[in-house]
Amino acid sequence: MTPAIDAPPGEQPATRRQPPARVRTSTGLAGVLGLLVLLVVSITLSLVVGSGHVPLSDVWNGVFSPDRSVEGQLIMRELRIPRTVAGLLAGVALGLAGAVIQGVTRNPLADPGLLGINAGASAAVVFAIGWLGITAANGYIWFGFLGAAVAATLVYGVGSLGREGATPVKLALAGQATSAALIALTTAMLLKDTETYDRYRFWQVGSLTGRDAEVIAQAAPFVGIGVLLALALGPQLNALALGDDVARGLGQKVGLIRVISAVAVVLLTGAATVIAGPIAFVGLVVPHAARMLAGADYRWLLVHCLLLAPSLLLVSDVIGRLIARPGELQVGIVTAAVGAVPFVILVRRRKMAEL
Amino acid sequence: MSLTTATTAEQIRAVHQARHTGRGREVVVTTILLVAILAAFALSLSIGDFAVPIPDVLGALVGRGDTGTHFIIIELRLPRALTAVCVGLALGLAGAVFQALLRNPLASPDMIGVTQGASVGAVLASITFGISGIALSFAALAGAVVTSTLIYALAWQRGVAGYRLILVGIGVAGALSSIVSYLLTSSDVTVSQDALVWLTGSLNGSSLEQFWPLLGALVVLLPLTALASLTLPVLQLGDDTAAGLGVPVERSRRALLGCAVGLTGVAVAAAGPVAFVAFVAGPVARRLLPTKGAALVQAALIGALLMLVADFAAQHLLWSSQFPVGVVTSLIGAPYLLWLLSRANRIGKGG
Repeated sequence: MTPAIDAPPGEQPATRRQPPARVRTSTGLAGVLGLLVLLVVSITLSLVVGSGHVPLSDVWNGVFSPDRSVEGQLIMRELRIPRTVAGLLAGVALGLAGAVIQGVTRNPLADPGLLGINAGASAAVVFAIGWLGITAANGYIWFGFLGAAVAATLVYGVGSLGREGATPVKLALAGQATSAALIALTTAMLLKDTETYDRYRFWQVGSLTGRDAEVIAQAAPFVGIGVLLALALGPQLNALALGDDVARGLGQKVGLIRVISAVAVVLLTGAATVIAGPIAFVGLVVPHAARMLAGADYRWLLVHCLLLAPSLLLVSDVIGRLIARPGELQVGIVTAAVGAVPFVILVRRRKMAEL
Repeated sequence: MSLTTATTAEQIRAVHQARHTGRGREVVVTTILLVAILAAFALSLSIGDFAVPIPDVLGALVGRGDTGTHFIIIELRLPRALTAVCVGLALGLAGAVFQALLRNPLASPDMIGVTQGASVGAVLASITFGISGIALSFAALAGAVVTSTLIYALAWQRGVAGYRLILVGIGVAGALSSIVSYLLTSSDVTVSQDALVWLTGSLNGSSLEQFWPLLGALVVLLPLTALASLTLPVLQLGDDTAAGLGVPVERSRRALLGCAVGLTGVAVAAAGPVAFVAFVAGPVARRLLPTKGAALVQAALIGALLMLVADFAAQHLLWSSQFPVGVVTSLIGAPYLLWLLSRANRIGKGG
């Protein structure tokens, strides 16, 4: 099917896989420190920049000792702080989900958005809100997880059938096909329901605004569990990177690792989708950028993703606020524009299957 | 008698016989499809809120009906049925060409970004610039052409490998979908919901004025596609083999892609991106005629039949009448797609 020089990862004999180069602790720590600084800068930007002018003193007081009678501090409390928290949570979730999917499928083009997992979560949430009338966040969030789980199972199940396992093309097509089906279903549910549609369209585009603090509070614990699971998977993903057979030989339970990874991905993607809508490309781009910084050792890679992804999301959000003044571009548009370019570069790389 | 000792004459006869059976099956399948299309066409003209018996339908068609029947048949139902047939033909053919050319049963224009390009063009025109009618169709067509040129250019690397075109297309499709989502948020909710109906694929607004440009485009594009597809059987052998047999690979591929993109563009311009028609038609045709290679003609006919039947179901069978046709094609297409995907992967043809 594909020319031999561009053989997808599954077709390479397992013996040719190199163990990931060890990351020196000093390099890793330096990277983490740098990313921490970047994250603090991004958070500050997200708090300071916006369409309404808020003096820096109000920004400071709004965060640390809020006085709601001051307009600037009210803006902080009601708009910018929730927005920044949403960006942090969604970013962390998407970045780690992307890294875990890429690790467990050994597929450089894996991303929760492109694999249709986001679409599964959003279809299920629309079904819950529009048809079952569940409008409370603590109700429909479960549908988000359910939808993400069903879509992930379907895409991975269908995409990994066959001799070579889950190649990039098969997974991408399975994801695209599942997304198309789910989007069609979602649309059918929305055609007659103007009220749900009006809410849906601002969520579908991928945005950090307009979500209640209640929704964010509901989703936060799930992000927390997902983060812990994902970070704990580092050594196992390192073993899987050597191929299933070698990992098994090293004493890893490959099936169990896949199940735990899937749980982590579903929790993270489902929570991120409930918070910010289906945002694509963040989960794809961040692990690759982190790989350039941290090398292929998943223990470091995951920590780098954890710090880099929220920075990317917050900075994209700030860019969206700046370039379309006086209105703003939603963060999903910015990340799609920013993310499609690295995606195409990855596809064009001669040996694109290096995981 | 064993194969090794068979005389040349006997071998030739065996080949002729195999070809003959194949051709016989082809004729039968094509005839059945044509008859089914005719039947579905007649049904969709005859049945509705105001049923018109078939003889009266024929009378109206030749201009001998009373004014009421004439209005219902000629003004309302005929444009819709004709548009369905033409859109189905174009989408079915375009899908089959893409799938054969990229040698992947799943690589239809709605999977690899061409349709999304047309959607962006049309939604941009209608929501941002308030354009409608023929100009909207041109915007959709332009969107499809610009997007596919972009995808082709991005996938170019001393030639275009099928899998790279697919992956680039999927990435571009993702970016374009988010542009559509953005445009949908940037207008009044009713305008936006109208755009959503269009994005599902709908024949509700079909009129004869919109049908003629579609027919004109097909009259140009169908012969061109037929001409370009002469090299398709050789291209399907693989780039190296095709080049060895003296076919200019990239030029033939560009010609075929151009025709397929044009067909997709005019179909989407006329009825919106009707989901899954382009995708389903090719695989069904190839299953009906396993020995026929790409089976382009049959794929086009299946596309037309699918559109007619799905639109009929959307109007009369669903729980709420006047659903856009795209909802029905999705309900049919999505499960078929997943089944096909798992089957293609299991036998190692998914890519």
